[in-house]
Amino acid sequence: MNEKYIARSRQVAYRVLGEETIVMSATDSRLFNLSEVATVIWQAADGRTSLSEIVNRRVCAEFDVLPQVAYPDALAFAEELARHGILHISDRPIPVVETSAPIGAAVNP
Amino acid sequence: MGAALLPSACVQSARDPLGVTVEIGGIPILLQSSDANFRGILEKRYAGFVNQAAVPACQFKVYLELPLQPSDEDARVRRQGFVWHIDRGDFHAEWDTRTRRGWLRQSANPYAIDTVLRIAHSLVLAEEGGFLIHAASAARRGCAFLFAGVSGAGKTTISRLAPPDATLLTDEVSYVRRTGAGYRAYGTPFAGELARVGANVSAPLKTAFLLEQGCVNRVEKVEELAAARALLRHILFFAHDPGLVKRVFDSALRFVSQVRVSRLIFKPEASVWNLIG
Repeated sequence: MNEKYIARSRQVAYRVLGEETIVMSATDSRLFNLSEVATVIWQAADGRTSLSEIVNRRVCAEFDVLPQVAYPDALAFAEELARHGILHISDRPIPVVETSAPIGAAVNP
Repeated sequence: MGAALLPSACVQSARDPLGVTVEIGGIPILLQSSDANFRGILEKRYAGFVNQAAVPACQFKVYLELPLQPSDEDARVRRQGFVWHIDRGDFHAEWDTRTRRGWLRQSANPYAIDTVLRIAHSLVLAEEGGFLIHAASAARRGCAFLFAGVSGAGKTTISRLAPPDATLLTDEVSYVRRTGAGYRAYGTPFAGELARVGANVSAPLKTAFLLEQGCVNRVEKVEELAAARALLRHILFFAHDPGLVKRVFDSALRFVSQVRVSRLIFKPEASVWNLIG
């Protein structure tokens, strides 16, 4: 299995609220709602950590699921977000400059 | 609050004889035209919002051309450096954010300028944490209330049912500015189905209601995430500019953390206003 690396696009605004995340594409203003599991993957999408590592260390550790079950779902999720241009997927680590930080975290009360 | 962002020194002083200053949300925009008839059209269209004594925060020179094709399409808004370009079939406009000056080429009708004003205000508001939103709004007993919903959810209905002690700010596009302690809703001349211009008054925003028609009148609490999602669907995004979208996104999330957002399920009867105000 080829390793996959995922990184959040810079062209998004996002915020984690509770255990879920709301993401807005800055290119077309589309909104995406990420579930609790999807939020874990999204937050770990730093471009340096492989998807399999994210699944093993984060998803399987925090949720009662086996890697062989979780990985295909995680990959499908990543590919879906990539189709919308809000996540990058690569066979190699993605330079950190392409990832983004949560919007407004520093200025919100 | 927005005054610091609006370098009044860059724009012409008040009482321009060739201009009509339209002040919406406390932000005066000077519309200059050498055509007296067109200025008359503007004064009539924005009656109640014309303030010739105000020092303009922004200005547009309007150049009239032969009638162009009316257009139902959305305006295309893009930024090149500090200049915003706004295009639609019936007009072209440019606006420089450094000087707060711009120009507009259009035929002698108020529709194009109405669109440009909405876009200019949304850009100015984005800088200071406010926004325009598809929502009716009204002031009652010293507070303002927002009524957001998709088309058919009841914005016009709730506006039509408003009691005499409520002042309609708009039945179509609400104007929200951030203040020190919270948010304030302003009346706008941007009318919807009621075809009634809002009152030029403002009030501190108390509650944003998400409208849903039903068989009973009921108010339900909305969690912050759901509130943010709903609000973002109704906020006017004229430009798919990454910086702008991120600012408005941040503004919406800050708003739902400070203003109560509730779902208003209502039957189309005046009694629904017993739950408001």
